[in-house]
Amino acid sequence: MLESKQVTKAFGSKIAVDHVDLKLEAGHIYALLGPNGSGKTTWMKMAAGLIKPTGGSVEFNGRPVDIDSRRYVAYMSTEPYFYSWMTVKSVGKYYQDFFADFSYERYLALLGKLRLNEEMKTRSLSSGMMAKLKIGVTLARDAKVYMLDEPFNGIDLLARDEIRACILESAKEDKLLLLSSHLVEEMEAIADRAVFISEGRLIENVDLEQLRSERGLSMADRYRQIYAQAEVDEK
Amino acid sequence: MQYNANEPIWLQVMDLITTDIVTGALAPGEKLPGGRDMAVKYSINPNTANRVYRELEDAGLVETRRGTGTYVICDARRIGELKTSLAEKAAKEFKHRMMELGLSREEIVRLLETED
Repeated sequence: MLESKQVTKAFGSKIAVDHVDLKLEAGHIYALLGPNGSGKTTWMKMAAGLIKPTGGSVEFNGRPVDIDSRRYVAYMSTEPYFYSWMTVKSVGKYYQDFFADFSYERYLALLGKLRLNEEMKTRSLSSGMMAKLKIGVTLARDAKVYMLDEPFNGIDLLARDEIRACILESAKEDKLLLLSSHLVEEMEAIADRAVFISEGRLIENVDLEQLRSERGLSMADRYRQIYAQAEVDEK
Repeated sequence: MQYNANEPIWLQVMDLITTDIVTGALAPGEKLPGGRDMAVKYSINPNTANRVYRELEDAGLVETRRGTGTYVICDARRIGELKTSLAEKAAKEFKHRMMELGLSREEIVRLLETED
C-alpha cells in the first residue's frame, strides 16, 4: 500500500533518510523504531506528502504521494497544531472542513473514549489532553493510512490504555497503521510488525510474533540488540 | 504490559481464554466477541486475535457458525478432559520444580497438606 523506493532526504549536507526501500501493507499495525535523529519523522513526512524526497519516491498504491494522496493519509505530527482560541468542538469542525473523510460522529465517540468534551478550550488543555485531542482528530478520519508520530508522548499510564483501544478500533484489513514511539513497550502487543531504522537507513522489517516464537525476543530486546550494536560499531 | 513480550502473545491470550472455558467463566455455548472486539478487549493486534481464534478452533474448544460468530463448544466432556489435562500439566511443572529444589515425594506431599 505504501512503498518507499530508494528514498533519500538531505538537509544541506546532513542526510536524514538514506536510500530506504520499504514496503508497508494494509491490514498491519507497524511500529516504527529508532533512536532520536534516525529519520523516522522525516520518512513519515515524506510518506504523508508534506516534504519532498531529495531522491527516490514514496508511492501510495503505485502512485507517488502528492497533494492528492493526502486524502487517504492521516498523519499526526509531534508539533502542536491548534489555534489557542479553538475549542475541542471547533477543532473537529475545522478538520471536517478540511477532510472529506472526517466523521464528526466518530470524533464524538473518540472524545468520549479519551474523556475529552466538546466545550473544552484548547488553551486550557493539559499536555496529556492535547496529545489525546490530536489522536482523536486524526483517527476520526476514515483514511487508508494512519501515521501517528509519538502517540504516547506526554500521556499518563492509564490514558495509554484508552489510546491503545482507539488505535485498535481503527485497525482494519484495508487500512495501514504506522506508529512511531520511544515507548517501545507500549506497542509490543498492538503492533504486529516492527520497522527498525538507524541513521536514516532501514535495518529490518520484522513480524513480531515470529520474532518471539523463533528467537524468544521481544521488540524491546531486538531494539537493544540493534542499537547497542550500532553504538559499538561507532566506537 | 500484561503479557510476557518474549513469548508469542497469541499463546498467552489463548491460555487466558482456555482457562476461562475450563473454569466456566466462559460458559459452554457462550458467544465470543468478534476478532476486532477481542483485539480491543485484550489490547492485542487484530491479526493476533484472529490467530487466537484459529488456534482455539483447531484445538476444538470453540466453533465458528457461519455468519453468526464464534461460540464455546457445548461438549462438557471435552471441557472436562481439557481441565484434567491442564491440571496434570500444572502438577507436573510443580513437581519438577520441587524436585529441582531437592524435595522428596514425602516432603512435597507434607508441604501440600500444610500449605493453605
